Amino acid sequence: MVQCEGFDIQLSAYVDGELEGLAVAGVEAHLKECPACAARVGRERQLQAALRTHLSPEQAPEELHRRVRESLHEAMARATPPAPGRAPRVAQWVALAATIVVAVLGGREWAMWSVSHRMAPLESQVLAAHVRSLQLSHLTDVATSDHHTVKPWFAGKLDYSPPVPELDSLGFRLIGGRLDYVLDRPTAAIVYARRQHVINLFLWPSGDSTAALKVESNRGYQSAHGAAGGMTYWAISDLNAKELQQFAQLITGDIVSR
Amino acid sequence: MVETESGTRFEQLMLPHLDAAYSLARYLVRDVHDAEDLVQDAYLRALRYFDSFRGGDERAWLLTIVRRTCYSWLKRRRDRPSLTEFDEAEHGVELGKDPEAQAVDGALRDRLSRAVEALPIEFREVVVLRDVQDLSYKEIASVLGIPLGTVMSRLARARRRLQTMLPVEDLGRT
Repeated sequence: MVQCEGFDIQLSAYVDGELEGLAVAGVEAHLKECPACAARVGRERQLQAALRTHLSPEQAPEELHRRVRESLHEAMARATPPAPGRAPRVAQWVALAATIVVAVLGGREWAMWSVSHRMAPLESQVLAAHVRSLQLSHLTDVATSDHHTVKPWFAGKLDYSPPVPELDSLGFRLIGGRLDYVLDRPTAAIVYARRQHVINLFLWPSGDSTAALKVESNRGYQSAHGAAGGMTYWAISDLNAKELQQFAQLITGDIVSR
Repeated sequence: MVETESGTRFEQLMLPHLDAAYSLARYLVRDVHDAEDLVQDAYLRALRYFDSFRGGDERAWLLTIVRRTCYSWLKRRRDRPSLTEFDEAEHGVELGKDPEAQAVDGALRDRLSRAVEALPIEFREVVVLRDVQDLSYKEIASVLGIPLGTVMSRLARARRRLQTMLPVEDLGRT
């Protein structure tokens, strides 16, 4: 009776070419006299070949490549001080200047300053409001998952009554409401969460005009906006574009059906 | 946009491994959206700790961070990451059907990936790192923070489980 114990675990590593010299010799000697283990090595090779052929690393979606690059740039622009002890170069001076801007303006203004160039005023204001709501621990004025509490809370604070759709069962949890300012007007911000992502939904009257849903990405944030049922809505989050679009579609569906 | 030398170097070294990072995250959390979010988090975390990267294998270094990010997320989410049986029933494959039985349906590629997904996480990750990502045992030991001997025995056990799910006649028909 051949002794297989101990070879058991080594066979896998043997097929991987990960055994050391002496152990290899031991396994090979054993395989010569043990047809059962030799057959197992054959199956092991087949399994590994199949895994390697069929399960090569899948490609990450293009959107993820873009998101990661953007969020890295954002983080670098914010936080990188110049490396000490080296000859200053242009990039380092710019970083130093940015650091000073942060120091002088403080986090909140910096967030607004950094998002305000290159973007349309409305888009940059919405984004700044979103960033501000996350930075200043002032996400909600009224914190509740009950939409019957959020809606009346706005009464008397706004000259319109924003709809507060309930989407809990669809995976968008209501966190609360906040009075914010967009384009210098008091604006309703309804706050939702999807997993660990916060979504700010800004709503204001649009009159009779309507606009189709549009999804945009900027600096690692996604926004979905449009106008329907007398309301302009603007949802913004670091949630991925696909799910934010789904959120915006649910919102329009809800507004229009009112 | 402000970039420093260190930031540029980080991107040159780490961005080429984004597909590997995504694959690992996807197998660990078994959801594409969660995997995307976690990869983004992991890259930001890696950037913060880039000072502690002392050269060597940057892919293993990055995957270590991706794995930790996924583990702490799984822990936060359930606060019991080791209860893999529960986890299998919830997420492995469709509900109401034995995951290992399901793994034998369908095209070989799908069956293989379902079989890997049905493994408990500690077996799943060694198979993914070795057979999907092609890391050496030494690199796997460093990513998982376990001794080389443990890598060897875990892989052996993981592959034995896969063999019971995927009969050898199937594997021949590639």
